[in-house]
Amino acid sequence: MLDSVEPYTTEDGRKIGGVVMEMKNITLRFGGVTAIQDISFDIRDGEIRAIIGPNGAGKSSMLNVISGFYNPQEGEVFYKGEKRPPMKPFQVAQQGIARTFQNIALFEGMSVLDNVMTGRIRQMKAGLFAQALWKGKAEREEVENREVVEKVIDFLEIQHIRKTPVGRLPYGLKKRVELARALAAEPSILLLDEPMAGMNVEEKEDMSRFILDVNDEFGTTIALIEHDMGVVMDLSDRVVVMDYGKKIGDGTPDEVRTNQDVIDAYLGVAHD
Amino acid sequence: MFYREAGDFKTSYAEDSQTFPIKFDRYRYYAVLVIAFAVVPFVINDYWVNAVFLPFLIYAIAAIGLNILTGYCGQVSLGTGGFMAVGAYACYKLMTSFPEVSILIHVILAGGITAGVGVLFGLPSLRIKGFYLAVATLAAQFFLVWLFNRVPWFYNYSASGQISAPERTVLGVPVTGAETAPWAAYLVCLLFVTASALVARNLTRGMAGRKWMAIRDMDIAAEIIGVDPLKAKLSAFAVSSFFIGIAGALFFSVYLGAVEVGEAFGINKSFLVLFMVIIGGLGSIFGSFAGAAFLVLLPVFLKNLLVGGLGWPTDLAAHLEFIIVGALIIVFLVAEPHGLAQLWRVAKEKLRLWPFPH
Repeated sequence: MLDSVEPYTTEDGRKIGGVVMEMKNITLRFGGVTAIQDISFDIRDGEIRAIIGPNGAGKSSMLNVISGFYNPQEGEVFYKGEKRPPMKPFQVAQQGIARTFQNIALFEGMSVLDNVMTGRIRQMKAGLFAQALWKGKAEREEVENREVVEKVIDFLEIQHIRKTPVGRLPYGLKKRVELARALAAEPSILLLDEPMAGMNVEEKEDMSRFILDVNDEFGTTIALIEHDMGVVMDLSDRVVVMDYGKKIGDGTPDEVRTNQDVIDAYLGVAHD
Repeated sequence: MFYREAGDFKTSYAEDSQTFPIKFDRYRYYAVLVIAFAVVPFVINDYWVNAVFLPFLIYAIAAIGLNILTGYCGQVSLGTGGFMAVGAYACYKLMTSFPEVSILIHVILAGGITAGVGVLFGLPSLRIKGFYLAVATLAAQFFLVWLFNRVPWFYNYSASGQISAPERTVLGVPVTGAETAPWAAYLVCLLFVTASALVARNLTRGMAGRKWMAIRDMDIAAEIIGVDPLKAKLSAFAVSSFFIGIAGALFFSVYLGAVEVGEAFGINKSFLVLFMVIIGGLGSIFGSFAGAAFLVLLPVFLKNLLVGGLGWPTDLAAHLEFIIVGALIIVFLVAEPHGLAQLWRVAKEKLRLWPFPH
């Protein structure tokens, strides 16, 4: 099943399409340290793709390569069938790749609503002059995009804190607002960097439900990094396992679980 | 009772995102506008206009401009005085080169020219931040003042090196020059203040403002979600300088009438406007007005109190004035670092329920 790129339908009835993003032989170095070594994998339309691995395996670096924050020394990134030239992060965002951060990166001085509205940057094109007069395109865009944003706010159940400055919110809600901001962009790929870090069991359950719902209702392709193995195995369609910057496993959760290299990396054997 | 929003429901997003979503605020704003436009011009005299209203209105425009750059976009600037000088000299050159064109258009064009200069001096902000950027804008301050002092073309080769505003009229009423009636000067400035505040408010509640605030709060995250830092920072510099240029043009043409650049637009001006923004409240249009009012009115008030009320000698009063204003600024920053705008916000929170807190 994994070797074919034919669209298929999962057991719970979601449609998985062709390859949206393909990483080919990516190598990323920081000076003498090789963070990622010759890694290839792909992300298919509509799936939930997890990247797991022990601390320092290079997962976050991988996500940063996808979101354009790092440019790899070697290897190629293909997005929607086309090779992607080296890009600035904001250009990657303009292409429709949204992400959240391991350490929340919200705009603390702005209200929740304004934070989520910033997710609509790609869709709002009115010029400075129109905005200054608050007429025509600017006013229209503001209302139209507000409607989209309100749907996302409803969906993530954060209506009650709409006008609250983000700085005042507790951790769990901030995580949800950050997800809302990424979702508001209507991304073709959503990257989640440890969406459940530092959460208790209930919050994790909530977040898992949101991730599944997002994927199910909007058909959003999701790539996520997560440490909680139980969560990863439950949520994802396919898993990439990294260790020391190398890929040691790739496949469905069941395949990965029985992979000897993965078991070694997690349970620990002597590295020679 | 005094201040309530209960029952004030919104049924559309346009209504919810308007400038004053609460009915009470909206009516108060209309009331202030009516009084400012229809009542004040008939009752003010020369003293009030020159000591209080003109400086307050003009500094309010400059403070709005600096607030957009520093308060909304997080880029510290010490070049305000220099940019005001650009506005003043641009206005002067336009007034003397095209005497037939309306002064109102000249002032707006002067703002546009200042915006261009602001963008030029904003370029370093793409690589440097914080204190280092402040020092870079300080270079703009000194360079611009030097330029207007040294290149005679800017002051039309006048012997004194000063520029003085020729008489110009709006609808037949002189608004610059010696013949200007106090109410006419007041109305021109009020017109520009109102327009500036509206435009600034529209920009800051829309996507432009969100991009600026995103850069201010966390520039890396802003870039990741798709804000082009180059465009966002430079547009902030442009808009900010536009307002500051208008303020400079009015300061020269309507308020002072004749200007020597080092005196009128020196580094002191930059600090004064920066204090206004900090005391009024960073990232607040209301704060710009509050800060300008505070720093313009307080010295006038103290002078009247000490010299007029208590009969102290003028020089003693002048020294005391410095001490008191300085001390108040420090007290203020310690007690409420977010400025007068935050005090106002807190007061409104309390008044929502007053006098029945439960």
